Amino acid sequence: MLVDALTLQLGYNATLVAVGAALLGISAGVTGTFLFLRKRALVADAISHATLPGVGLAFIVMVALGGDGRNLVGLMLGSAASAWIGLLCVQAIVRRTRLAEDSAIGAVLSVFFGFGIVLLTVIQTMSSGRQAGLDGLLLGSTAGMLRQDAIVIAVGGALTLALVMLLRRPMTLVAFDAEYARSIGVEPARVDMMTMGLVLAVTVVGLKIVGLILIVALLIIPPVTARFWTERSERVVAYAAVIGGVSGFVGAAISASAPALPTGPIIVLTCFTLFVASLFLAPRRGVLAAYLHHRQFQQRVHVRQGLLALAQQQPVYEPLTIRLLARDGLARRDGVPTDAGRARAARALRDEHRWQIVQTLPEYEAVSGLYDGLRDIETVLTADQIAQIDGIIGGPREMPA
Amino acid sequence: MSGAEFVPLSLTPILIGIFTAVACALPGNFLVLRKQALIGDAISHVVLPGIVVAFLVTGTVAAWPMMVGAAVAAVVAVVLIEAIRRLGRIETGAAMGVVFTSMFAGGVLLLERSDTSTVHLDVEHALMGNLESLIWLDADGWHSLLDPVALAGLPPELPRIFVTMVAVAVLIWVFWRPLKISTFDEGFAQGVGIRTGALGMALVIVSAVAAVAAFDAVGSIIVIAMFICPPAAARLMTNRLEMQVAWSVVFAVISAVLGYVFAGYGPLWFGGVNAVSAAGMIATTSGVILLVTVLFGPCRSRTGAPSEG
Repeated sequence: MLVDALTLQLGYNATLVAVGAALLGISAGVTGTFLFLRKRALVADAISHATLPGVGLAFIVMVALGGDGRNLVGLMLGSAASAWIGLLCVQAIVRRTRLAEDSAIGAVLSVFFGFGIVLLTVIQTMSSGRQAGLDGLLLGSTAGMLRQDAIVIAVGGALTLALVMLLRRPMTLVAFDAEYARSIGVEPARVDMMTMGLVLAVTVVGLKIVGLILIVALLIIPPVTARFWTERSERVVAYAAVIGGVSGFVGAAISASAPALPTGPIIVLTCFTLFVASLFLAPRRGVLAAYLHHRQFQQRVHVRQGLLALAQQQPVYEPLTIRLLARDGLARRDGVPTDAGRARAARALRDEHRWQIVQTLPEYEAVSGLYDGLRDIETVLTADQIAQIDGIIGGPREMPA
Repeated sequence: MSGAEFVPLSLTPILIGIFTAVACALPGNFLVLRKQALIGDAISHVVLPGIVVAFLVTGTVAAWPMMVGAAVAAVVAVVLIEAIRRLGRIETGAAMGVVFTSMFAGGVLLLERSDTSTVHLDVEHALMGNLESLIWLDADGWHSLLDPVALAGLPPELPRIFVTMVAVAVLIWVFWRPLKISTFDEGFAQGVGIRTGALGMALVIVSAVAAVAAFDAVGSIIVIAMFICPPAAARLMTNRLEMQVAWSVVFAVISAVLGYVFAGYGPLWFGGVNAVSAAGMIATTSGVILLVTVLFGPCRSRTGAPSEG
């Protein structure tokens, strides 16, 4: 069943939904990256919750005009309008008062959502209030979706993606250097508004699939996940797009493969799975990589300190150091150095002396800052310079007893 | 309206609304000042998986297992946010967004997958609560307030949220000085020996307890609104923290009372016949109050700070 869903064998509607979810995920990943880089990820939460009153009002208006209140296009228009008002409220509060952005976000989010709930209860009591379709917009439900709704979602996802691609360059520019952007004629405030407009588009298209409570996850998790894998902005954008798209597609497919698997939560959890995997497994920034790096560093320090101790004929008691020295064939289990160990130890001590000289010489001031007890001196000084330092050290001397 | 009708049907929901609003607004003052306002948002989302797991473990919708489950979920969320923030070197807002949406999604999924048809446990309930249904059927007038038999029939949410509110108020009163100092000048607070890290954590935990206790009665949407709107509105009224807390309590009470009244009787004025969601209406009322202060509050602008150009 799942394989069928993943290979788009579950019928026309399920296919459209899966494709729409994938497109939505890609758009959300890209848009979210710019939000993340601007450190405004949670503004999206306010926008998405602010869609609810618009949904309710649109339903009421459409019923009052004698139409079907559940027309998806109408609901999307209504939600876009109220989300835009919500966004303007956030910006007005931040600009006009001394309240911080997080308070503004929280206030708009809760008040708009609360008002939306009021409208939902009003609709419940209306004579034509078959509001089953509206509940689905909270958490997303694609089960029993109408053909035309699926088409709207697929087209909406594609349009949003096209817009994202068009606006990608100015958004990158503003995310990294707003001042420079302004100097070449790209107004950051306007680009920020465009980004917010894209967030709005993602939210509105995602209403039916992911639902308005969870859509913010699709905007936040992919960029955060992508950030683990690369340091370069265009790659973060690309990876976030892939992660969002895969989550959308796989999530929609899993959800279609069995009953009682709500689409929105499944997509979000798919995305979260990718996030957890990245958190642990990503090269360099991942937890595992960081741990291994730490271990490696610890071993180098221990070996180095052990060698210095051996060179000065001090006994080594520390068990980890002895184990590491033995592993590298530099000492026996009882701490007695091998010939190779003696040679390495002498070299380590000589390097240590060289570093000490370097640190006393003003002409090597820049180099001496690089001393960390581990760095081989050959990697920072030329052979000539080392020869000069060796000259200062002088010839072999008696080891201090 | 006579006491015979008001006391059993409206008194307890109004009181629960007021206590909830105050219990959330008190710590909310500090959260707003510390730019941690969205903690309330995060907590109220993660409470859902907590109560669902508690239900799956115990098989009942009794209050205490639910509250324990919710509290555990809140703590897990805080720890996860902190872990992701540190391990992944991600800014707090994004880490929060990752954690609370995922945990909420997990809660919804668990709820859909488990058989909750026999009990009153669903996502709408979690969002909107059921303030209207917390009625006091044993009462038949004001004199019931002195009648021990009738008092025994009070909805259990009422004493619970009352105790929570008192506990929150007492804690804030006891820790007033360190809280105030560390909120405004963390470096100075550390300098005079206040353990700011522990204090900040305690504030989050107190907020979580208030949110969990309130959640049970009124749903998450009111909780978020009450954490933020009354304190934010109060912040625009005054420059003094003492006055701000006082204003926030006033605003919280007004929101709760007016919101409940509008929800219950407002539709009648407009010719409707059915009440609308009280939780939603309380949140809406607090938003209107905030709007008024944003437009007319005496201390609404940043004094001394350059305006954003």
